[in-house]
Amino acid sequence: MPVTLTALAAEPSCYSAFVNEWWCAQYVEDRRDDIVAATTEHLQITVAAVLLGLVLAFPLALVARRFPRLESLVLGVSTGLYTVPSLALLPLLVPFTGLTATTVVIGLGVYALTVLVRGFLDGLRSVPDDVVESAVGLGYGSTRLLLKVQLPLALPVLVASMRVATVSTVALTTVGTLVSYGGLGDLISHGVQRNFRAELVTAAVLCVVLALILDVILVLVQRVLTPWTRTAGR
Amino acid sequence: MKLFELTWQYLTTAASWTGEGGLLDRMGEQLLLTVTALLVGMLVGLPLALWLGHLGRGGFLAINISNIGRAIPTFALLAVLVTADWPGPAYFGPYGRAGLATLIALALFALPPLVTNAYTAVREVSADVLEAADGMGMSGLQRFWRVELPLALPLVMSGVRLALVQVWATATIAALVAGPGIGAIIVSGFARNRYSEGIGAALVVAVVALVLEVLAALVQRAVTPGRAAAPRRKTRQPVGAGV
Repeated sequence: MPVTLTALAAEPSCYSAFVNEWWCAQYVEDRRDDIVAATTEHLQITVAAVLLGLVLAFPLALVARRFPRLESLVLGVSTGLYTVPSLALLPLLVPFTGLTATTVVIGLGVYALTVLVRGFLDGLRSVPDDVVESAVGLGYGSTRLLLKVQLPLALPVLVASMRVATVSTVALTTVGTLVSYGGLGDLISHGVQRNFRAELVTAAVLCVVLALILDVILVLVQRVLTPWTRTAGR
Repeated sequence: MKLFELTWQYLTTAASWTGEGGLLDRMGEQLLLTVTALLVGMLVGLPLALWLGHLGRGGFLAINISNIGRAIPTFALLAVLVTADWPGPAYFGPYGRAGLATLIALALFALPPLVTNAYTAVREVSADVLEAADGMGMSGLQRFWRVELPLALPLVMSGVRLALVQVWATATIAALVAGPGIGAIIVSGFARNRYSEGIGAALVVAVVALVLEVLAALVQRAVTPGRAAAPRRKTRQPVGAGV
């Protein structure tokens, strides 16, 4: 018996059949490759989903603006989809896209879409009417007006909604573990099944850190793209 | 598509709905969890948020609680609660396996929309109205009960509505940590390659979610006084954390 105890004490590991610490640097070191792979997958799925949401939200928002009658329809349908829990939305996509990362990206893209359509609409609505009028007076056509005047001025509100969409998509990606494409969610899932605390806590912390980093990046991008908002307050 | 036929078959077989662990059993479990957690969240969150709004303090808390709630994955919090010594995965009365852990997670995730909306609702009562109330000689408490609370009610209710959607979704995810609810059928269907069961149960979850949302919207309309006369509120309602 004493021998076993010494052997245990000699083992530097904070995870074993006997020890189950919540935080364990040794685990991070030992499984570095797994963790990096899961984080990369998580990042890829998140970015793809938000971009998909963005690409779909833009035309939808333009249609809703062009035809006000459609606005409530677009908002209603996207809010309805938003109401469907993620764990139910993913299975409903499986008959079409199978057990693939595509399923997760489309599912999360739908949630991002809801937030982003509102972001586009609120952003475009926040552009002062007199600015639009002046641009029209200067001879701007509708496309040039949109691209050169309205979109840049809508950017602060739009980025605010992108931040909401991105942060929640990072958290939601974990649910993708249902179809085995959950990034860090797969580690959490494995951690729960094996009752391996260090694994699931590391993955959870990385999720939050990833969300924070992406949030900071978006704030910085906005600062670079809208230099006028920094001087406006003075 | 064979999968659709199988799903239809699953949903139209009486045996899928009845019996222990059947759809109805699990649905009852999940509805019970949702209602309990929402009530707990309201009892804890609403008085605090409304009072802070009345005092005009704690705006920092009200804004940040939403952001934090969004960044923490529901699944991760559930995983930590279930793996911990307490509450752990134990059965908890009618709430099923890991019932207590699920309830705690659900109530916590109900808080951000409740607190943020309730706080904002009281803060958004216009300054003119408050001045009029003070001018009439109302005490702080009277002002709160007779002026701020009634005017804040519609926005508070929209927070409750968001929280309901959020809690129902979180209750579904509880199944990923072997918890209770219809999600359990989805997860076990996928784990045992019986996709038709998983997809069928997912349909049920989605339909109930939409029904709950519509019911909540009706309640919200009912508590909104004179909505025809009121100026249209900006459509930018805070969208929930998403689950």
